[in-house]
Amino acid sequence: MLRNEPQMTDALDHFPLLHSLSAAQRAKVVSAAREVTFPARHRIFDEGQPARGCWLIRHGRVALDALVPGRGTIIVQTIGPGDVLGWSWLVPPRQWHFGAVTIDAVNAVEFDTTRLRALADADPALGYPLVLGLFDAVLQRLQNTRARLLDLYGSPRER
Amino acid sequence: MLPVPYRVTDRRVETRDSATLRLEPVGVPVPAFRAGQFGMLYAPGIGEVAISISAIGSDGALLHTIRDVGAVSRALHDAQDGSVLGVRGPFGTDWGLETAVGCDLVIVAGGVGLAPLRPVVLGALARRADYGRVVLVAGARSPEEFLFREQLADWTARPDMEVDQTIDQPAIGWDGPIGFVTEPLGWLELDPQRTIAFVCGPEPMMRFSANVLLDKGIPAEQIRVSLERNMQCGVGLCGHCQLGPLLVCRDGPVVDYTVAAPLLAAREL
Repeated sequence: MLRNEPQMTDALDHFPLLHSLSAAQRAKVVSAAREVTFPARHRIFDEGQPARGCWLIRHGRVALDALVPGRGTIIVQTIGPGDVLGWSWLVPPRQWHFGAVTIDAVNAVEFDTTRLRALADADPALGYPLVLGLFDAVLQRLQNTRARLLDLYGSPRER
Repeated sequence: MLPVPYRVTDRRVETRDSATLRLEPVGVPVPAFRAGQFGMLYAPGIGEVAISISAIGSDGALLHTIRDVGAVSRALHDAQDGSVLGVRGPFGTDWGLETAVGCDLVIVAGGVGLAPLRPVVLGALARRADYGRVVLVAGARSPEEFLFREQLADWTARPDMEVDQTIDQPAIGWDGPIGFVTEPLGWLELDPQRTIAFVCGPEPMMRFSANVLLDKGIPAEQIRVSLERNMQCGVGLCGHCQLGPLLVCRDGPVVDYTVAAPLLAAREL
């Protein structure tokens, strides 16, 4: 349980997302953050909904999914401790492209992204490193996805 | 250098293209294998391939897990109970599990790379009190392509072992992680000073996994990988398995990442 601002700041220190922010900038970001817990099998958001919120996962796992007609809801990726959930709030049309549902109980730091965007818009010196931190998270996710696309475990007979 | 006859006393189908053979000596056995070493298995009249040991029976029986990828491996994979194969070995370096006593073990397996790593898990569990955490992160393309599925379930149920199985391709009914092995590996909180990592799988998978471990502060000399090349003689004479300055059959297959990193980054080696 994160009881106060120093504890929240300590918790955020574990996430590379905020490493390049100064102490003063981090304090502003902390003002837009709160701790949340979700039970297992809790839907955090659905594909197509307005994208509000960004979560830094501290404990537990979250499945990213999409509804595929004829196949049902398909999980495309699992994210876990240390990962960032949700970045569609950053760019238009600000809608979730995939859904997110917890697999087990999840503890996370949740950002009020309306506030976060306002902070970044008002102070590009805060916004730039914040976006770079998000870009780093996106890049890691992209590289992991590319690694899967290599289909490395397939039999040589299939190539 | 002559193959020693071994009889197949059990054949277990692992996946649609992999099977584990239990081999017992017809006469005098080959010297004892250590985890990570490989043998040259000979299918009579067809040929010989290098296959890592995937377990060592308490009675000295050899267990080799073989994927059917070519003429020789198919003949070995298809060998039935009672048939006789040839074994040369053991060859190469081992995982050095005894040098990791007192450490946390992080075992990262991709696809059939779990086979050479199984003796590490079994060795650690046999002397469980000698090691800190025992963590296994195993990746496969789909749920049915994991080797040793019953054993994985047993290991998952153990309170003294952490297991994460992840699959590359979405699959209905799978409730484990979906993602490349680097993803659950990234979730782990590890103590860099006391962690020894053992990584085996396709070379890009080992490279990507090693990068995650390095990012976590684990020194390259504490990351061990198993290299694969075209082994022929097994004793460093023929040169078929040359990889840069290494003859993998003799200087490998297990090397630490200070040795492997520049070789895995080079094109066409």
